[in-house]
Amino acid sequence: MMNLEFMINTISLGSLYALLSLGLVLVFGILKLVNFAYGEYLMIGGYGLYFSATVLHAPWWAMVVFGILAAILTSYLSELAAFRPVRNKSANALLVTSFAVSIFLQNAVLILVSPRARAVPLPPIFSQTVNIYGAVTPVRNLLIIGTTISVLILLSLLMKKTVLGLAMRAASDKFTTTRLMGVPANLVISAAFVISGLLAGISSIFWIGRSASVDPVTGAAPLLIAFIATVVGGMHSPAGAVVGGFVYGLLFNVLSITLPASMISYRDAFMFVIVVLFLLIRPEGIIKGGYTEERVG
Amino acid sequence: MSLLSRFLTWSRQHSTLALLMIPLVLAGLAINAFGSSLLLNIYTYFCVSLIMVLSLQMFMGNSGILNWVHIGFVGVGAYASAILSTAPMVKSMGVPNMFPALVALNMPVIPAIMIGGLIAAVLAAIIGYPLMRLSDFVGVITLFATLIVFHVIMTQWDNVTNGPRTFFGVPEFTTLTVALIGALIAIMVAYWFRESGLGLRLRASRDDRYAAMSVGIDVVRVRYYGFITSALIAGMAGGVWAHFITSFSPKAFYMSEMFILLAMLVIGGSGSISGAFMGTTFVTIAREALRQVEGTVNNAHVLPFDVFGLTEAVMAVLMITILIWRPGGVVGGQEITWPLFKRKSPIKEVEDGV
Repeated sequence: MMNLEFMINTISLGSLYALLSLGLVLVFGILKLVNFAYGEYLMIGGYGLYFSATVLHAPWWAMVVFGILAAILTSYLSELAAFRPVRNKSANALLVTSFAVSIFLQNAVLILVSPRARAVPLPPIFSQTVNIYGAVTPVRNLLIIGTTISVLILLSLLMKKTVLGLAMRAASDKFTTTRLMGVPANLVISAAFVISGLLAGISSIFWIGRSASVDPVTGAAPLLIAFIATVVGGMHSPAGAVVGGFVYGLLFNVLSITLPASMISYRDAFMFVIVVLFLLIRPEGIIKGGYTEERVG
Repeated sequence: MSLLSRFLTWSRQHSTLALLMIPLVLAGLAINAFGSSLLLNIYTYFCVSLIMVLSLQMFMGNSGILNWVHIGFVGVGAYASAILSTAPMVKSMGVPNMFPALVALNMPVIPAIMIGGLIAAVLAAIIGYPLMRLSDFVGVITLFATLIVFHVIMTQWDNVTNGPRTFFGVPEFTTLTVALIGALIAIMVAYWFRESGLGLRLRASRDDRYAAMSVGIDVVRVRYYGFITSALIAGMAGGVWAHFITSFSPKAFYMSEMFILLAMLVIGGSGSISGAFMGTTFVTIAREALRQVEGTVNNAHVLPFDVFGLTEAVMAVLMITILIWRPGGVVGGQEITWPLFKRKSPIKEVEDGV
């Protein structure tokens, strides 16, 4: 039952990547900011898990809440302290700011906690495996799929049915006009950062769940995945992010299986070359966005 | 017009060059004569960083594209120059898996540095054309991904780079004099590039892509040439750096080093040569001071833990503060000219172009 195992594996990996990319795209949509600090929200979420488990001896559900709150708080504070003041400056200023925020958070953790990796004690359910029609798979793979589906449903309800969601969708189409309609810019942008932090926090649980440890550079790999997935899928819509996440997961698994053992360490290089080549043919990604303004004023 | 008055007009037009180069030489001479060996080292390193930052400015400052790959080209130049000039004996010991053809190479340092620059430029020419077509965020992310491709190859290709392990035994060549001459050449080249027709077209494409296209500027081509020129100088800077450091690993050509280069350029102001110069000066001083603090705190054991990373954290805060206060950097998009304080010219470049 190799195939079923491969499918479950790919779908769960794709789900995780979709969650990651979604958090990045929400902020990008409104602020046109490629947020280099996004991976660090996930990393702080991981430290939230670590501290709640080792210092507070919290039960697993409290750990989850604590981790997610840590990520949300970091995201919100970074918006307040760094991104808000440079928001109406050039696109590059905003980009460099986000890179500086990322470096700052990494080194703050380095100083305050430790440069070495910390083990995060997770509930045993994360390491157990189940047998589905002969396919052996870790339970956490199924948890990821379930979580992603519910998050996607809740998020689309929020975006489609609430006033805040409407305002956010309008803002990512035409920010200035949205403001003229009386929508407070700060509110919409803060909301985007809070949701982005929430998604980073949720993905952090599963990301940390795979290695059960967290260190100051944990955020780098997921950041990169989110970048590539959103670019492939299309940066102008949440749907693009989700599609990109799944495509990336599939590509990753296919390359892992097909590449000969001697080439496996070049996997990332292959992946990015494929992505760059793809972008040459279709720079807007798989899902084309609707009308979008170039920059927020 | 007499020769003298023509010379005076010329020197007034290009007073920036003198304003940057004379203090650089004077400080170099003073440190060479009176400075401690630590100061000598710092100043040499400063000059090498200046070459790197100026080559970054050539492309990034003039085109407005955040060039992540830059440090990758520095790395290519460093490895190329190191492989070309290191003695075969040392290479066969230090890099056991190296291709025999590469082990046999042995040439003087200066041509090795030149060839290193050329290799970086050729590489830029190969990968550059498709990349230059992408603008804005897609461009940024693909350039970022390209840096990672460079890093993966550098850490994995142990027949050439010794993999993630240190490449050592590179002949020492870069003294303060060499680095200073390199920096002076880099200032002239970067200045000349910025003022040249190509540089002007590139700046036009940065300020308004569509307006530039409408007056007949081939934006992709202009960026492409800028990218290659910048990579050429970056590669040479890498060579000069390699012969100063003499042993290095791929870690030296990745995010944290790129962050320092970016900080140097952005804090000073990427739009001008003066900005790149001031930023490099400022960041070098700040970094050395912070390192002293970090070292003192760690050695004195006043705190129950070591404060690794303090330098970077403070740098990041500094960078954000400056971006908030002056998004175009301390100097901004205008060059410093003689006389230092005069009425601003009515034509202003885009102030917030980082």
